[in-house]
Amino acid sequence: MADTIISAGNLDFYYGETHALKKICLDIPEHNITALIGPSGCGKSTFLRTINRMNDLIEGVKVTGSLTYRGEEIYAPDRDVTDLRKNIGMVFQKPNPFPMSIYDNVAYGPRTHGIRAKARLDDIVEQSLRDAAIWDEVKDRLKKNALGLSGGQQQRLCIARALAVKPDVLLMDESTSALDPISTSRIEDLAMELKKKYTIVIVTHNMQQAVRISDRTAFFLLGELIEYGDTEKMFSKPADKRTEDYITGRFG
Amino acid sequence: MRTRFDEQLNTLGQELIKMGALCEEVISLAASALIQKDDALAAKIAPLDHEIDEKERQIESMCLRLLLQQQPVARDLRQISAALKMITDMERIGDQAEDIAEILPFLNGRTLPEHIEIREMAKATIKMVTDSVDAYVKQDTSVAEAVIASDDIVDDYFTEIKSSLISLIAQNPTEGEYALDLLMVAKYFERIGDHATNIAGWVLFSVTGEKTYGRPQTDETEK
Ligand SMILES: Nc1ncnc2c1ncn2[C@@H]1O[C@H](COP(=O)(O)OP(=O)(O)O)[C@@H](O)[C@H]1O
Ligand SMILES: [Mg+2]
Repeated sequence: MADTIISAGNLDFYYGETHALKKICLDIPEHNITALIGPSGCGKSTFLRTINRMNDLIEGVKVTGSLTYRGEEIYAPDRDVTDLRKNIGMVFQKPNPFPMSIYDNVAYGPRTHGIRAKARLDDIVEQSLRDAAIWDEVKDRLKKNALGLSGGQQQRLCIARALAVKPDVLLMDESTSALDPISTSRIEDLAMELKKKYTIVIVTHNMQQAVRISDRTAFFLLGELIEYGDTEKMFSKPADKRTEDYITGRFG
Repeated sequence: MRTRFDEQLNTLGQELIKMGALCEEVISLAASALIQKDDALAAKIAPLDHEIDEKERQIESMCLRLLLQQQPVARDLRQISAALKMITDMERIGDQAEDIAEILPFLNGRTLPEHIEIREMAKATIKMVTDSVDAYVKQDTSVAEAVIASDDIVDDYFTEIKSSLISLIAQNPTEGEYALDLLMVAKYFERIGDHATNIAGWVLFSVTGEKTYGRPQTDETEK
């Protein structure tokens, strides 16, 4: 199996009194798509956000245990969080392009990381839009406002924006749940393509999506990791009764 | 939650049980017609086989509809895919009972020689079919495993019958045609045993998720 890129060991997470993640142990392999599933409020998004420390902004949170990215503690006191977020990008549920041109949306990240040369930025923008499978649709209107794109195009633009800073890992939190079936299937195809270059972790409420695109699936329930393993096996022969009941729609 | 899906799975189970019962009936008829030399019994086999074919089509479309509508996973997926495989084996059992029925007129109402254990073989085969359906009804893995184990018994009967028939021909060459017809009948029973084994294997898969494979099938040769 592929090398582990992100590893949680007895990871606990608290929002004040709320114990949102309980002793999570989970190794995420490189160049795989890992799906996080489970009923609402079970801690999927919390886990995803601990990986690039998006939870840091919330008041009163506490993290204990170990969480490493390429062997180094994500919550080490001397960790450069900007650099971490450059390596571990995120795509959200609702497409959230900035109210600026398509070009500037994609160039935004590289610019904040100090890239100014026009030719260099042009290259990055084109490559990112190509990787996000939206280049052909927007190449003639790069200066147009991104908000004029369809929802599915906006989401692929957000993926391009995330790719522009050359990340290593892409976190996607229900990134297709607001999209129509065609846009959803384009993003799914895209994810399958992107895993050759990146490692992808998705949160999804769509069981069939997890089956279609993920290599491994993690099932969370009430802050605990109940079962984690090969997606095909999990959906044909789950080991835990609770996993079975959830994926077959008997609760949740 | 999911009441409708559970109802549909329940109906699927009921239909499979009905199809299983038809298989038990058709093979018992074939055995009785052979042993009692009863043409009236033999005549009932073909209509029953058509009924089995019809059930297969009906259950098949139920399964396909469930796969499409419910996109089943886990136990549900195993139950439906096992059903799809089981009905193929059940349908073959019907065909082979009919094949036996077609040979019966050529036996010219002769009484089966005592030392040729074809009655015992028929009995053992019927038991395998009954038990495989029973294993499905009760979702009982130990019954299913017993069916798979008893396939060897039926295979052994076939080997013994074959050598008895060879000596029959050696003693009396004019019995050649009769012996070959009986050998065919024995072979069909042996194949029915294989299908019962497959059914039991799919019951195991449906319950446990483990696949068991019997001997490689040679369905082409029996058409
Ligand atoms: N910002 C927050 N402040 C306090 N509690 C939160 C916050 N975000 C999530 N929680 C709580 O943490 C638990 C896990 O939530 P979350 O990770 O969003 O679940 P999921 O993504 O699986 O639906 C829930 O009980 C939720 O109420
Ligand atoms: Mg969430």
